[in-house]
Amino acid sequence: MTAIQIIFILSALVILGAAVMVVSTKNLVHAALYLVATLFGVAVLFALLDATFLTVVQVVVYIGAIAILFIFAIMLTRREMRDQGEQLNGGWGAAALIGLLTFGGLFLLLGNWRGFGATAAALPSGFDGVVELGTALVSTDAFVLPFEVASVLLLAALIGAVYVAGTKK
Amino acid sequence: MTFWSDPINFVAQWLRDVFTGWGWSSGLANAITLLLGALVLISFAMVLDIFLVWIERKVVARFQDRLGPNRIGPFGIFQPFADIVKLIIKEDITPAGADKLVYNLAPILSLTSVLLLWAILPLAATIYGTDLNVALLYLVAAGALGTLSIIMAGWSSNNKYALLGAFRMVASMVSYEIPMVVALLIPTIITGSMSVREITLAQGDGGVWFFIVAPLATVIFLISAIAELGRSPFDLNEAESEIVAGFHIEYTGMKFGLFYAGELLHAFTFGGFLAILFFGGYRFFGLENLHPLVGAVIFLVKALIGYWVIMWVKYTVPRIRIDHMLGFNWKFLTPLSLVVLMVTAVLNQVLAGTETWVYALVMFLANVVIGWITLEALRAYSRSQRKAEEPVVSSVAQAAHH
Repeated sequence: MTAIQIIFILSALVILGAAVMVVSTKNLVHAALYLVATLFGVAVLFALLDATFLTVVQVVVYIGAIAILFIFAIMLTRREMRDQGEQLNGGWGAAALIGLLTFGGLFLLLGNWRGFGATAAALPSGFDGVVELGTALVSTDAFVLPFEVASVLLLAALIGAVYVAGTKK
Repeated sequence: MTFWSDPINFVAQWLRDVFTGWGWSSGLANAITLLLGALVLISFAMVLDIFLVWIERKVVARFQDRLGPNRIGPFGIFQPFADIVKLIIKEDITPAGADKLVYNLAPILSLTSVLLLWAILPLAATIYGTDLNVALLYLVAAGALGTLSIIMAGWSSNNKYALLGAFRMVASMVSYEIPMVVALLIPTIITGSMSVREITLAQGDGGVWFFIVAPLATVIFLISAIAELGRSPFDLNEAESEIVAGFHIEYTGMKFGLFYAGELLHAFTFGGFLAILFFGGYRFFGLENLHPLVGAVIFLVKALIGYWVIMWVKYTVPRIRIDHMLGFNWKFLTPLSLVVLMVTAVLNQVLAGTETWVYALVMFLANVVIGWITLEALRAYSRSQRKAEEPVVSSVAQAAHH
């Protein structure tokens, strides 16, 4: 077993264990912190794939912004951090069945896929993922239109948030 | 490569050879060597941290017209060891109703978020942890983990003051992240790379230190770094007169020590980043070519100077109110940094291919013009504010007179 495989298995265990804890723990802040662990594990997977930009952005956006926002929302809206109600409702059997079927389907599909056991080809020397990504985002024959549309959407959301939060004089 | 010309890499290569000589695979030998390297780097940072305690106490004493520690060893240099013994033998208290796991994890995460930064610090041309092509974003990501550790500490302590301190800290860290990211973009634009190693190299042969090309970005980075550190004037998170000690109020002994050590090391590390991004890193007019260790010493001296500036600000400027702090960020620093970013980006394209001195001169003059316009705008604003307040003041004075 190579070092990369060991790291992959460890991070996969952390991701899955923490993801189960997110939905099964009764304490909402703990759920948010387990979510952070899950997202961090995903960042480790990106790092294993040599996707440095995605690794760092995963941490900045999901842990630095979204998870903090979750924790803030929980702390500001809940007096009691502990969820008292039942964790399962009547539909749990059907949900488990659908979950198992989806897992089985994916398992079969990936089992038959030839790329599953293949090792990734080494990156060419001098390959800089950040440069490639940046060029792709602004070149006209690649993703310049979705990039611009997304920035306009974000700007609109920003202005909307300021307008909603602003007090009228 | 011999031991004398490059000791660190020579030892690393020697270790690799030894491990492969034992019959280990080259991948395993490499992984173990890198692990040992990380251990050495962390140990170095932590030993440095011990002396930072002494430096901090000595410098604050001088700013406050005192002598500081002067009993243990020459100039009191062994005082930190007495501090450590004191912290270790203190009673370890976990408050009632605290969330034990999160409570104990928070100080560790806080120090980790600082130590992570050392992975990308180039101490010299050949001495660095790793050369990431997204190093500047990595800096922001490590800061995000620091934010998380503070909110964990504040919430798990089961203390109102701790929670208030954490809320304040997170509000300031999240908002000052924006000018910091914009200030980090400016060296990126000038260099064309986010790697700190490339940025250092670009300030060397044929380049100038970036504080000449981007003085405003230097100042914006320094201000947002101080806010991220939570040091005065942005130390509302631990405002002693209002919320006792903020997020670390319940921590005792070495757990408090970890927060304290993390804060000092964080300040020093940001001094190091200030040196790397704007003051040439380990470079000093060709002196660094003598030996890698000379480069490391130059870097550490520059980082100490940056750390000294942060201390200077901390012990000189009083704490500001939270609405002023957020207003200063959103209404002043963020727009200013965006203007500087746009001007730098445009000028960088216009001046592409010109001589270095023309480039540096035009960039510097552009920064001076932006700075001058900013000061004029601020003066006009404060004049209008004063005018609006004047009648109120005079009526109060008259009322008091009658």
